[in-house]
This record gives sequence, C-alpha cells and structure tokens, in this order.
Amino acid sequence: MLRDLWQMRGQALAICMVMACGVAAFVMSLNMLHSLESTQERYYEDYQFPDVFAHLKRAPKSLLEQLVEIPGVSQAQARIVEDVCLDLPTLPEPAVGRLISLPERGEAMMNRLYLRRGRWLEPGRTEEVLANEAFTDAHGLHPGDRLVAIINGRRQDLRIVGVVLSPEYIYQIRPGDMLPDAKRFGVLWMNEADLAAAFDMEGAFNDLTLRIMPGASAQEVVRRVDRLASDYGSAGAYGREDQVSNVFIINELRQLRSMALIVPIIFLSVAAFLMNIVITRLIGTQREQVATLKAFGYGRLEIGWHYLKMVLVLVAVGTAIGTAAGAWMGSGLTALYTRFFHFPVLRYSLDPQVIGLGFLICAVSASLGAVGAVRRAMRQPPAEAMRPEPPQSFRPTLVERLGLQRFFSPALRMILRQMERRPMRAVLSAVVIALAVAILVVGDFASDAVQYSLDTHFLLAQRQDVTVLFAEPNEGRVVYDLTHLPGVRCCESFRNVPVRLRFGPRSRRMGIQGVAQQGELNRLIDNQQHRIALPAEGLVLSRKLAEVLGVRVGDSLTVEVLEGTRPVREILVADLLEDFLGMNAYMERSALNRLMREGPLVSGAYLAVDSARMDELYAKLKNCPGVAVVVVKAAALKSFKDTIAENLLVFKSFLVVFACIIAFGVVYNSVRITLAERARELATLRVIGFTRAEVSRILLGELAVLTVVAIPGGLWFGYVLAKLDTMANDTELFRLPLWIEPSTYGFAAVVTLLAALVSGLIVRRQIDRLDLVSVLKSKE
Amino acid sequence: MIDTSTAILPALDGPRGQSVFQARGITKIYRMGEVQVQALRGVDLELYPSEFVVLLGPSGSGKSTLLNILGGLDVPTSGTVRYKDKDLSAEDDTLLTGYRRNHVGFVFQFYNLIPSLTARENVALITEIAANPMTPEEALRLVGLGERMNHFPSQMSGGEQQRVAIARAIAKRPDVLLCDEPTGALDVTTGIVVLDVIARVNRELGTTTAVITHNSVIADMADRVITLSNGRIAGQKKNSVKRSANELVW
Repeated sequence: MLRDLWQMRGQALAICMVMACGVAAFVMSLNMLHSLESTQERYYEDYQFPDVFAHLKRAPKSLLEQLVEIPGVSQAQARIVEDVCLDLPTLPEPAVGRLISLPERGEAMMNRLYLRRGRWLEPGRTEEVLANEAFTDAHGLHPGDRLVAIINGRRQDLRIVGVVLSPEYIYQIRPGDMLPDAKRFGVLWMNEADLAAAFDMEGAFNDLTLRIMPGASAQEVVRRVDRLASDYGSAGAYGREDQVSNVFIINELRQLRSMALIVPIIFLSVAAFLMNIVITRLIGTQREQVATLKAFGYGRLEIGWHYLKMVLVLVAVGTAIGTAAGAWMGSGLTALYTRFFHFPVLRYSLDPQVIGLGFLICAVSASLGAVGAVRRAMRQPPAEAMRPEPPQSFRPTLVERLGLQRFFSPALRMILRQMERRPMRAVLSAVVIALAVAILVVGDFASDAVQYSLDTHFLLAQRQDVTVLFAEPNEGRVVYDLTHLPGVRCCESFRNVPVRLRFGPRSRRMGIQGVAQQGELNRLIDNQQHRIALPAEGLVLSRKLAEVLGVRVGDSLTVEVLEGTRPVREILVADLLEDFLGMNAYMERSALNRLMREGPLVSGAYLAVDSARMDELYAKLKNCPGVAVVVVKAAALKSFKDTIAENLLVFKSFLVVFACIIAFGVVYNSVRITLAERARELATLRVIGFTRAEVSRILLGELAVLTVVAIPGGLWFGYVLAKLDTMANDTELFRLPLWIEPSTYGFAAVVTLLAALVSGLIVRRQIDRLDLVSVLKSKE
Repeated sequence: MIDTSTAILPALDGPRGQSVFQARGITKIYRMGEVQVQALRGVDLELYPSEFVVLLGPSGSGKSTLLNILGGLDVPTSGTVRYKDKDLSAEDDTLLTGYRRNHVGFVFQFYNLIPSLTARENVALITEIAANPMTPEEALRLVGLGERMNHFPSQMSGGEQQRVAIARAIAKRPDVLLCDEPTGALDVTTGIVVLDVIARVNRELGTTTAVITHNSVIADMADRVITLSNGRIAGQKKNSVKRSANELVW
C-alpha cells in the first residue's frame, strides 16, 4: 500500500494539500472562535461587564436606590463620564478623551479594570489618571507621562499612573464613529471626586450600568430604567446588544463561525472529488491484482479496507499539515485581532477536539470520494477483473455532429472526444478550476468593496476635514465664529438629536442628523455613488434601518426625542439611502429644528480646511470653550485604511495560496491521470513522428480547454459568491457594496492560468521521459 | 569479446545498388533492474531500396531491438547506424523525431490506433504533419478500406484495424516500412490479408520493407531473409522465387 502511495506521491500530495487547506481553515477559525468566545466570556464575567447601560444628563445619586429596586437588577453603579479634548504633544490635532470616574475607595463594581502597568489611583491625589492601553501604545505613553485635557474650557494637567484595559472598550471606538482610532480616542479613569468637581457633578452622576440576575429579562429592565431615568435626561437605556464594543465582537464571532463552515466545505468537496478520480484510476491499473487477490479468496471487505486505509493515510497527512498550518494561521490571526480587540490576554489555543473533528470530517468526505471507486472494485467478479478493461469506444462529439468538424484538427478532436467520453470528470474538473477562480475573485472583492465604500463614504459623502461637536446645542451664529478661525474655507452647521425611532413593536436608539439641504460637506451618497436629494420635510433612512424597523417610504415613524423636553412626534419616511456604514437617519436641519420646536440650534459644524493651516486651526480649537469634541477625518481614515489594508492583504494572500493549491491540485491530478490512461496513445504519436511539443499539446490541450472554459465561469461564480458575501454582511454595523474592480477579475484569471501552466509544465517533463519502446510492446 | 564465427558474415550484394540502411557492429545492452540484458551482440546489416526483408527469429533473439534501432526509436549501445546520410546512433531527439516523421512507417502487433479517432482521422494525424503525404482516402483505399473510413477502432475487426495502421504508416510515403509482428494478433485468414497489403505497398510504392516475425512461413514472401538468434545474425538467404501472401499456409 505504501508503495502504491509512493508511486502516486505527486497526486497524493496534491490531495493532501487541498485537504490541509480545508482543515487549516477549520482548525483556525473554530479554535479562534473558541478562544475568542471563552476569552470574552471570562473577561466579561471576571471583570463584571454590565448587562444594561444608560447615559443621562444629570441625576442625583439617590436615584440609584430606586434603580436597585427594579425587579431583576442585582447591582447598579453610577459613574460620571465626560468627553473632553486632549492636547497631546505628539499630535497636532486635538484628540478625544473620555473621562470616567472611579470610586474613591475600593474597586469599581462593574467594568473592573485590568492593570497592565503602573499602579492604581491613590485617593485624594488630583491629576492622576489611568489610561487605556491602546491609547498609550499609540502614543508611546508610559506611567509617569503627562497630558493636558481641556475640561470645561480650562487646561488641566493630568498624569498617567497606570495603563489599564476595560471590558467596556475591548473594541475601542467612540460611539457614533465609524472607525476605531486609538490615537485620537483615549479613555481615562479619574477619581470620582476630581471629576465631579471639574464638571460640577457632586452628589450626582450621568452614566449608569446595571447587572441583572440570571434569568431576568434585560429588555424589561431597560424599559423600567427608561421610566425612572427619563426625567434626568436619559438618552435611553440599552442592553449588551447595543453596546458598541460588544456589537463588534459579536459581529466578528459570527463571521468566524461562517468561515469555520463554508471554507472547509469547499476544500473538502474538492478533495473528495480528487480522491475519487485518483482512486478510480489506481483501481483501474490494479484490476488484475484485485482479481488475483479475490481469486485467492480475499473478501470484498478486505479489499475495500485496503483502499480505504490508503485514503485514511492521506487524510492523516492532510490533517497533520492542515492542523500545523491552522495553528500557524491562528496565531497570526490572533496577532491581527489584538490590534482591534484589546483583551488582557488573547491566547490562541488548539483544542484537540477540534483537530479530532477536523480529521473526522476530512475522513468522511475523502471516503465518500473514494467509496464509489472502491465499491466497483469490490463488486467485480474475479474472472472479469482479470481480463483487461474493454476497449474504449468513442463517437463524434456533439459539435462535430452539428457539422463543425472541418474546423477541428484530429488532435483537437481527440481532446474533445476524450472530454465527451468522460463528461462528468470534465465538468467537475472545470467546476473545481472555476472554484479556484471564484475564490480569488472573492479574496480581492473584500478589499475592493472596503476601499470603495470607504472612498464613497469618506471622500464623496463626507467631505469635511474636521467635525466640531459642541458641548451643548448652540445658537446658529456660532458658525460665523468658526468661519473666522484660521484656515477654514467653508463651514456648515448641523443638528444632531438623540432619538428612539419606533415603528410598531420595533425600535432603535440613534441620532437624527439634521444637515443643510444644499450642503456640500455632508452629502447623501448611495452605493452607486449617486447623490440623493434631501427633501425639505421628512426623514431619509438607511435602507438597512428601514428594513430593521419594517418601514417603507411613505410610512409614518414615531420619534421619541431623548433630550430636552423629550417630545414624541410622528414623522414621514421620505426616502431611503443605500449606504455602507452604520444606520443613519437624515433630515433637513431647519425641519429638524421645527420638529424640536426650537430656534436655529446647532450641535456642531463641519469644516473644510486649508491643509496648510491645519495646525493653526487645531491649536485654536484645542482651547476653544464650548467645543467638546474635534474629529479629524483624514487622520482617522488613513490609520484605519492602513490597518485594514494590511489585514486584507494577509487575508488575500491566504486565499491566493488556497486557490493556487486547488487549481494546482486539480490540474496536476487530471493531467497525471490523463497521462497514465493515455500513455500508450501518446507514445504511439511520438513513434509515428510527433515531436514532444506536439504530444504535450494534445495532453495539455484538454487541460487548456477546461481552464479556458472554467475561467469565465469562475469569474461569474466569484461574482455570485461576492453577492452572497454582501448578503451575509448586510449588518447594522456595515454593509459591503457589490463592487468588484476589473483588475480583480484579471488577477483571478491570471493566477489560475499560471497555476494551470505550472502544473502542466511539471507533467510535461513526464512526457519527455515516456518510454516509447515499452509502451508499444504491451497490450493494455 | 567477439565471437568470430558469427560476427561478420559476407554482406550479400544489394539487389539495387546503394544501401538505404547501414548498420555496423551494433550492440544493445538493457539494464533491467539489477540485471543486464544484452539484446544485440554486434550486428552488421544493410537494407536496399525497394527490398522486402523478413527478419526471422524466436522471441528474445533481438529482432525487435534491431527494428527499434532502425526505426529511430532506440539507439545502439555501441556501433553505428546510418540511414542514407543520417546518423541514427546519435541520441538526438529532434533528428530521430524528424526521421520517424518523414521517412519511416511503423506497423505494430497491437495496431496502436488512437481509439478516439476514426480510421480516416487516424491516418489524417500523419498526413497533416508529413512533408509529402497522400490523402487519407488514398491511403485507406490502398489497403482496401475505402468503405470504412468513418469507423472508430472499436467498430472494426483486428485485421481491419491493422490495415488502418498500415494506411497510417504509408500515408506519408515513407522510405521504409517497419512491421513488428504485424500478424501476431490475427488469425490466419486476416493475417494473410494484412500481409498481402504489405506486399502490395512494397510492390506498388517501392517502399523498402522490413517485417519481423517468428513465423518462418512468412519468410517465403521476402526478397531476402535474415535470421537472428541470440543477438546475432545467424544466417541470410535470398529467395529466388517470392511467394505471394495468399499462397502461404500456417
């Protein structure tokens, strides 16, 4: 048996590699999934991640007592949370700092911190802060370093004493932001007394977290919290499913789960197919051997077992290679994850059960591939099997019968008739090659779509350079002040109102963005890059939001405003917008003011800035009273693009390797088998005067025809897979546009052609070694 | 070590002047695993234009090896083979391929037709690459298969398949036709038909023809009979009277 395997080592290796790809993807994603899940679960449990969250304007601490009384609530914790501008020596533009209060004595009840470096805050010491690790890493800050926060218009010196991690900020993104940016968003923890003093919050709080008892309904608690907290300016309570960091983690887990399923299925089916053609051929050459064994009295099961053992050896080798590759890829993926997901420890662990399962799945699929061929061998009566296989009969192909044969040379007819004689094999080979093409298309599609959506969103739709958010809604004339800041070329104000949109039983917390109807800095651009006109009245919703709420254009939505006097209004859905990031609701600004029955208030402004005078502007903004947050688009976009580009490149390289292995495996195997089956024919051609090149052309012609047919099919298939991908990724967080660059198609076609060419050339060397004399002597 | 008794026999005068083939002192040693097999032990041979030669000998006598070397399928371990001005003992694949393509027609015991091609297409394979071919139809009519041109090998009898193989071999108008046990897989009646076709080609096209066989009856058809034994030429004789194929009985 081992001799048989050694004889077909090239083909065996190709099958092993394809299986290894499937196992690698399986082992990598399933283990990653388990590691991530268990790490997250333990982190949440050990560090007391809350179940319900709410942000208020200002509530007396006495409210806490009522909150703990809510049935199902086990603990409630009040905090002060404020966003401020940070002035960092390493950053010209202002960064956003989130200040969170820590109880003066004892540990926080919820969202406990993990101390990576330095020490805890000491009671009574003002100026001390703990900073989150992603932020300190991005700036190279260490315990002992100082930074300046602009708190209530005053510059205040802060000293970092410890570097920490929090389960609340595993994925660290400012709510409302689309992209994570550790450099420009830092989370800082301060003693409660200091923070209360700075923001005039003594005896009060503005942020609430709750843990609920096992079995209690978070939804019910949310409803009751809302009832109690609404008088204190609550923007609405929400559960874990709306907690930003948690949402991103859940989303990632979901993707890993589908990867653990889909990718292995693809590879293992290909492996099963290859196994089938190789074992069929092997048994074909061993007909006589099999017959002799049976004549000696070996039973069917013994003979079947012989071949299955061979399959299992291949499966074992494939699993071993796949596990090693999966472990290696898994640790690479872990490294990628730690850039986005900040856990105290994220260790990639190999679960022997997963490996065992991988082996099992692999064994089953490979055996399924082999079983047909083996069964035929077992069924053969010995006497029949001892005779050579009956001569092959052929007939003109369909195209020839249509009268097109005069266009074909005899060589081409040989190729076509061979293919028509084994149509299943030809079709399956072509399908698998097409699959390789499709995998390449999908691999590049991800980066095409991400680039396209980022460009559309951040360059075409959002054309501002800087967004300024005010601490409180302001009179519209602030815009004039901003216009006169250095470098500002254009300024457009906007109004953001936190609301809960409700339609029947469905609702979502979010903000309505009131923008200028003819605004040029924040435009509504759909996924075809067309501008959508903002109507004078009514809402424009993200298509996904409309879907989630179940509304259609013309429907009337209930808007529960979550600030000020908290009016509840009905409003018409005027249009839908097919966009990419988050779920958005837009309105004309003055219409929103009218809805709020307020004057021309604005929440912030978009600025287009002369890039040469950026630093000057930043310096002014850092010290501007009333400015709470400054978001600089280009910087955030660039750092995100760099990171994601790197990740996508890694992802793409894996897929290229995978696709090449598939293409190579199929092409190499089919050519090897064709060579084995037709050695005599090819030797005859050499004898009657065909050159090596001419014979190679006949052998590889079949492959060329298959590849040429498979590539357009594969490109189409890739498009379909990309479409499925966009459907699978149609989430509330982001939606991939179905956008594939022509270069992606080109790349997929070229890589597949090259893989086919290389495997063809390897087999071609065998033609040169064809032993003319011995092939002629034997009758097959 | 040369056995002088059989190494050099007086070469018989060629019937028609200049020889087509000249083999001098050719030996061939095969390595089969760890065993060395000496298939030819020093053979001198000449073939002349339009000659019909039968190489006779039991299996293992080296006749197939000799035919392979003459046909450019194999090269001798030592000695020289010349076809006209070409040196066939050099291991030059391009030269040997070109030689087989334009000058040699092969007929094998097991026909070696391409199963996926019809009779006509099997012949057309050659007529498309040869320098001065006849049409496939012409070649097939010459072997008496004008009616079965569009049949596939699996639809023909052994004798018919062998005749297609002959048509394929002669369609290029070869200078030499080499037949390796052409009747080995056929019954007597069909064997005679095939031999008749070979003789006709030799007669009508004037192709130098070498047939190897272990069937001594066939020797009666030849101009000259060369007997091989144990890798050496054991004897030669010229037939003063050639018998036609249908006179043969075995």
